[in-house]
Amino acid sequence: MLDFLWLIPLLPLVGSALNGILGKRFPKRLISAIACTSVGASFAAAVAAVAALLKLPPAERHVVDTLFTWIASGSFVSKAEFLLDPLAAVMLLVVTGVGFLIHIYSIGYMHAEDGYYRFFSYLNLFMFSMLVLVLSGNFLFMFVGWEGVGLCSYLLIGYYFERRSAGDAGKKAFIANRVGDTGFILGILLVFVTFKSLDFTDVFRQIAGDANRFPVEVGVGTLSAIGILLFIGATGKSAQIPLYVWLPDAMEGPTPVSALIHAATMVTAGVYMVVRCSPIFSRAPIALEVVAVIGVLTALMAATIGLVQTDIKRVLAYSTVSQLGYMFFAAGVGAFSAGVFHLVTHAFFKALLFLGAGSVIHAIGGEQDLMRMGGLRKFAPTTHGVMLVAALAISGIFPFAGFFSKDEILWSAWAKGHPIIWLTGLVTAGLTAFYMFRLIFLAFYGSERFSEEIRHHLHESPPSMTVPLIGLAVLSTIGGFLGLPAWMNLGPNRFEQFLEPSLEFAWRGKSAELPHSLEFGFAMLSVMVALFGIYTAYRFYVVNPSAPASLARRMSRTHGLLAHKYYVDETYDALMVHPVVAGSNGILWQCVDIGLVDGAVNGLARLVQGSASLLKNVQNGLVRSYAAWIMAGAVVILLYITLLR
Amino acid sequence: METLLFYLLGGLALIAAINVVLLRRVFYSALSLIVCLSALAGIYLLLDAPFIAAVQIIVYAGAIMVLFLFVIMLLDPFSATAHVDKRPYLVFFAVVLGTAALLLLYPLLKSYDPARAPHELLIPDARPGTVTHLAATLFRDYLLPFEVTSVLILVAIIGVVVLAKRQT
Amino acid sequence: MSIVHCLILSALLFTVGTVGVIVKKNVIAIFLCIELMLNAVNLSFVAFSKYLNQVHGQIFVFFVMVVAAAEAAVGLAIAIALHRNRKTLNVDDADIMKW
Repeated sequence: MLDFLWLIPLLPLVGSALNGILGKRFPKRLISAIACTSVGASFAAAVAAVAALLKLPPAERHVVDTLFTWIASGSFVSKAEFLLDPLAAVMLLVVTGVGFLIHIYSIGYMHAEDGYYRFFSYLNLFMFSMLVLVLSGNFLFMFVGWEGVGLCSYLLIGYYFERRSAGDAGKKAFIANRVGDTGFILGILLVFVTFKSLDFTDVFRQIAGDANRFPVEVGVGTLSAIGILLFIGATGKSAQIPLYVWLPDAMEGPTPVSALIHAATMVTAGVYMVVRCSPIFSRAPIALEVVAVIGVLTALMAATIGLVQTDIKRVLAYSTVSQLGYMFFAAGVGAFSAGVFHLVTHAFFKALLFLGAGSVIHAIGGEQDLMRMGGLRKFAPTTHGVMLVAALAISGIFPFAGFFSKDEILWSAWAKGHPIIWLTGLVTAGLTAFYMFRLIFLAFYGSERFSEEIRHHLHESPPSMTVPLIGLAVLSTIGGFLGLPAWMNLGPNRFEQFLEPSLEFAWRGKSAELPHSLEFGFAMLSVMVALFGIYTAYRFYVVNPSAPASLARRMSRTHGLLAHKYYVDETYDALMVHPVVAGSNGILWQCVDIGLVDGAVNGLARLVQGSASLLKNVQNGLVRSYAAWIMAGAVVILLYITLLR
Repeated sequence: METLLFYLLGGLALIAAINVVLLRRVFYSALSLIVCLSALAGIYLLLDAPFIAAVQIIVYAGAIMVLFLFVIMLLDPFSATAHVDKRPYLVFFAVVLGTAALLLLYPLLKSYDPARAPHELLIPDARPGTVTHLAATLFRDYLLPFEVTSVLILVAIIGVVVLAKRQT
Repeated sequence: MSIVHCLILSALLFTVGTVGVIVKKNVIAIFLCIELMLNAVNLSFVAFSKYLNQVHGQIFVFFVMVVAAAEAAVGLAIAIALHRNRKTLNVDDADIMKW
């Protein structure tokens, strides 16, 4: 019944191929039609697939559709197989749904670009890779998708390839991903060595079935090693410490790319992977601890950097890194479904924020510096409205989506016994509200800091851009109701319930049953903190616009540290980039390439030349010397015949 | 007796040969070559090859060497341009080569066993070396090469005429 | 007097001839030394013919002599041509065919 799963990734692939190979000659309408139809059809197929899944009883919501056998080598068999279970279903709907909206948005946003067909071809290729990643039924096939999204990320970041900075950013993203992938591949290898199989179902059944071989580990055992290695891959793909440095630079790409890849989908692949491997992680407390600590530290650090950024997209980039940190520390404290829930809501409001920022940039004619905007709500009211919704959602204000997901994460941190993590998360939530509303106030309120001529060009975006924005705004508003928490006494958390079958093999520790009223109290506390953050932003940027500058002057060293992103990029540069480049130049180029390789070839030529110039003296035109050589040759032959045989 | 004669004639041939190399003037070299050839003819007689000996005197010493002498007379017979290349390395090289060539004889000589030398006669009741026998073998078994040599001589004559003709 | 004596004599004559070919500068002198080498070979053929009691060695001597005659004639014609063109009989002066 569900054997059409393979269609879901295939349709965007066909679109990508068509646009990529023939697109140069297509008119723009045809290109966008092909691209959006393929994603739309994929979305329709996804909806149909999930509907079919829902018809099955919860215990059986685990459908595998094998396409073909990819590798069959001895006892190792790897298939191209798709797995649809609740977790995959959630990811599927998010990827295809948000992806579809962003494709529609891109029609308007990219209409003036030359490489129109290239953009849509890459975007479709990305959809294909992401869907393979999400729907995959085994580690190796997921890795195919994992690499594919990395490639598309590189292609799309470097879309404006004529700009040096764009190409550099693409390379940075790919290389940082690659570093993470080393850990990922090692993790996959370790999985294979331990379980003799790479199939998810197979591996997880093995873990759950054999409590003696795979106990809950104290200290670092095989499962912890696997977990940490896989997580290293996740830090690369999902921009956590220490490999987050590529994400802010990735803003060189077009804004729809930032929305789709670096907010809603690709960067969440790491979270998806951790939740998918919950059987492994839940039995490896050390690995989970690592995930949680890195997640919450990243969340805090990125939020602090986002406080002082002036480029609108950079603020959103650091916000993404921070929110991904939330998702990871949710998984790290064992609240897997909370992490996935936040992934879903974050996809809505972060995509909305990015697309809205794109709309702002489009309206103001290309300017991205917040310090040169202001008072835009008169000129772009729809954009202002949706951005406000998104900002409220991300700050965690009731009843928008972010409130429910963020609260659940913070509550889980406290309930599972991680008070410090909870506190850090709470502080970060306050910071999030602050910098988000800083962005809103700087862009849409206050005095107009742009020039006269820009004023004449200010316009609201076309419907092809505003309609998806409104769609996402609606989702950001009502999306939270998917997972109403238990304390509201409106029934159990439906989202958590839905996701249960995917987590059936995870190990559940004992967790204290805390009263619902405490949970309610914590929710109120976090709303208070968020409101405080919004109020502070209001004071700083609307009431007293000169206050930030004077504060920055008084705390200049801190401000400098934050504005320079804690000098992390510079550190990496000095520690790793410069030595590698110097080594390549000095050793590999000068010594190996020029010295050894060229030297060998040139040396061979010189050898031939030298021996030839020696040998040519035999032909000196003197008959007698010829006769002497003949005699010598005859003597040698005679020697050979008589003596040596 | 035979041995003594052999040593005499052999020594004469050898000395004449060395003279060919050492003598300054070409004319004298040619003359001492004639002496050498004659000595060799004598040795052929000792080796039961009368026909060959006669042919040696008539053809070699008689015709070929006379031809040499004619040409020498024609072209600058008594010029005394330095006749031997005094460059030491060449001389050294030549001597080394010669000695090497000589030393190659050694293994051959070591393997000679007089008791096992074959002695059968090919044509019964005919002694090899006599003109009869020689002629019989020549015109029976080696007829084709014989005819070919006449062609060879013809070619040589034509070549000589072409090369030596005065260009007009 | 065994074959060994003749062979040694033949080898010595051959060596003398070789040395002469290499060290002498006059073209015609070189030809003389070549004739010397050919005769040395003739001697060894005749010696073998006697000691193997066969006639084939002498037949070969016959042919060698024919060839030697033809070769001497042609060689001398070349020497004449050389002298006509270069006015010299020094073989070292004819060294155009070199690298």
